[in-house]
Amino acid sequence: MLWAITLTLAALSVPSISTLSGLSWPEQLPDPEVNLGLDLAGGSHILLEADPAEVGAQRLENMEEAVRDALRDAEPRIRHGDVRTGDDSLSFILNDISQVDAAREEILPDLSGPGLTQEWELSVEDGNRLVITATQAGLEEAVDNAMESATEVVRRRIDELGTREPTIIRQGDSRIVVQVPGLSDPQELKDLLGQTANLEFKMVAEPGAIGTEVIPYADTSDFPGQDVTVRRLGGLRGDRLTGAQAGVDPQDNQPVVNIQFDTQGGAIFADLSTRNTGRQFAIILDGEVLSTPVFREPILGGAAQISGGFTTESANALAIQLRSGALPVELTVIEERTVGPDLGADSIKRGTLAMGVGSLLVIVLMIAAYGRFGVYATIALVLNVMMLLGIMAFMNTTLTLPGIAGFVLTIGAAVDANVLINERIREERRKGRRVVAAVENGYREASRAIYDANITNFIAGVLLFMFGSGPIRGFAVVLIIGLFTSVFTAVVLTRMWVAGYLRAKRPTELTI
Amino acid sequence: MKLLKLVPENTNIKFLKLRIPFYVMSILLIIASWGLVFTQGLNYGVDFAGGQEITGTFTQSEQAPVAAIRENVTGLGYGEPIVQRFGEDNQVSIRVRLPESAVGDAAAANRIADEIIESVSGEFVDFQRDSVNTVSGKVSGEFWNTAMFALIAAMVAISLYIWIRFEWQFGVGALFALFHDVSLTLGMFALFQLEFSLQIIAAILAIIGYSLNDTIVVYDRIRENLKKFRKMELTALLDLSVNETLARTVMTSLTLLVALVPLLMFGPASLFGLVAAITLGIFVGTYSSVYMAAPILIWLGVDSDSFVPEETLADQQDKKARGEV
Repeated sequence: MLWAITLTLAALSVPSISTLSGLSWPEQLPDPEVNLGLDLAGGSHILLEADPAEVGAQRLENMEEAVRDALRDAEPRIRHGDVRTGDDSLSFILNDISQVDAAREEILPDLSGPGLTQEWELSVEDGNRLVITATQAGLEEAVDNAMESATEVVRRRIDELGTREPTIIRQGDSRIVVQVPGLSDPQELKDLLGQTANLEFKMVAEPGAIGTEVIPYADTSDFPGQDVTVRRLGGLRGDRLTGAQAGVDPQDNQPVVNIQFDTQGGAIFADLSTRNTGRQFAIILDGEVLSTPVFREPILGGAAQISGGFTTESANALAIQLRSGALPVELTVIEERTVGPDLGADSIKRGTLAMGVGSLLVIVLMIAAYGRFGVYATIALVLNVMMLLGIMAFMNTTLTLPGIAGFVLTIGAAVDANVLINERIREERRKGRRVVAAVENGYREASRAIYDANITNFIAGVLLFMFGSGPIRGFAVVLIIGLFTSVFTAVVLTRMWVAGYLRAKRPTELTI
Repeated sequence: MKLLKLVPENTNIKFLKLRIPFYVMSILLIIASWGLVFTQGLNYGVDFAGGQEITGTFTQSEQAPVAAIRENVTGLGYGEPIVQRFGEDNQVSIRVRLPESAVGDAAAANRIADEIIESVSGEFVDFQRDSVNTVSGKVSGEFWNTAMFALIAAMVAISLYIWIRFEWQFGVGALFALFHDVSLTLGMFALFQLEFSLQIIAAILAIIGYSLNDTIVVYDRIRENLKKFRKMELTALLDLSVNETLARTVMTSLTLLVALVPLLMFGPASLFGLVAAITLGIFVGTYSSVYMAAPILIWLGVDSDSFVPEETLADQQDKKARGEV
């Protein structure tokens, strides 16, 4: 029974061993392999973070637009003064104090989101000032939604790169972890994720006019360093797209991006271009103006062309970004760990070599010190390493570079158990106990300390796993699993073998 | 076959005779270590200081042009970089700490790394980057907090366990021994200005684990002897316990060393700090189990009565097993 467990678990390690030693494992055989961490396999780990305040600001802007629309479309129209925006609220004064209830009625539908959460609070101050404040719960939900869709956008953008098996996971409130095995230069990836790709079309206005904002030209545009005044509201956002491709403008051979709007977006664009034919509009990407073309004629086909000093690469990147949707928030790379494939392979080679030499020395020392009992300890040690690797493969855990050090420590801990037992047997023999009693006492008396030591180490390992990050967790995983396999092989298995030997040979003398 | 015996049989070394000088020395060392940590400071790696660490290989050169790289990176104006050989002769690590002004700027670490790579690859055409680590100020702060929390939580949890399994004096003794090990390791890192990274936290936890292993083995023997020799004087009893476990202590330390030294010699360069810390810790940990954890029991007043409730039952079982009843 013990043998069955041992051999099964040890057998699980075979595919991993063959891979680690550089051999290929036949594909038709089942292969539960231990995952290699990015520090061994090579690849890129990138931690992205969003600024929740930005979500709040964006949300406030949307609310302002919704409120203005609602009041304008009301019957009769509700007139109001300037809308003032604060950190998490906006307020405005109604021209006619008798319309307070009507205004409240109009705005109310916009205040609750799709969920059950109360997203906004509406209050009336001084009789005619309406104040709309974002609730904490509403803001949290908005950040949560934004991160959810940002994760999705990140996934789509990375998929466009065609890299294999990326891992994209949301972490905490406002972070996303991206891991791409085999990627040694993440620059392209970072560029792709570094832009929200928030495309906007806004009409150019007279400088200083009411309801306008000033936006700088992008450095790549034709007028770097200059500003454009545009109407703040009433434009079109780039989230109403069905497609985007990089192309070339047939007239001047400059790279451009061709976009197609969805039905609703196409309608808005048609309307915008019809009403403003002959006027200049601004194509704005992430708060910078790319170009300011003129609507020469109404554009009814739902397609448009974006130009503005692109290179072929940047046009391509923008097309990918627009296709995969705009990021609802800007993401910043706050941590990057990239390991080239050569370095990873070198680490594995050096790590396994060092482990091999170390194990060999340990084995020589054990056999020299404890003879037959040393041989038992050696077999236990080999099985221990194999079981450890097998369980890791079976549980689909990840082997990292510090994990290799964890292996060496596990070997040390396992050997210590045998040292404790064997020294105790020696001692019991010196005291004149007979062979069977000495062995029995040796195992029993040593076990106490072995269990205590392993439990305390287990505590340390679990804390390391809970609070550690990345590769350090890999170290903790090996340590924790190793504690179990060491106790099993070094205590349980060797005891079985020793008992078998004593029964079969009934020795009266022990060489130990 | 003649077997290897590293420690002669029945040693009777009076370890505890020198306990007071050794204790004084250890306490001075602990104070000196913390003094160093506070005056010299630890040489934080990018994990804790924030910043960027880039390693690379000069594929066409025998020797990496360390001085020229230093000059190149210094020219970027982000402060003094630490440029060192890393692994082979033609491999280097370039480490730049996050400038004070950029600690609050989440994107800075990554941007600066890109600049460094561009600048170095521009001057040295055969520079091939092997790894890039960038950590922003915010993330490094979090690493520091969680690492410290893990360390302190581990020490407290372990001491509690020892208290429950043994007696409160043993818990205090174990905690003190661990404090000694952690202090001296930190002191060593401050003295030699070795890079202090997340890996070193893992190493310290491994040292705690190992040192505790040793302490438990000695304590377990003390407990056993306390039950066995009710009338023996405590100092003599502690000496006996340490002597009885001496062969095991030496053998285990030696096996761990022979397992670790190859890793130190041919292992991956990025594991060097971790393995070196653990290797040093083996010496510190072994010493502290004998000279820190054991003598404190004398001062905290452990006596054979500490284990009376457990004793009778355990003794009976012992006797039964030996066939003495």
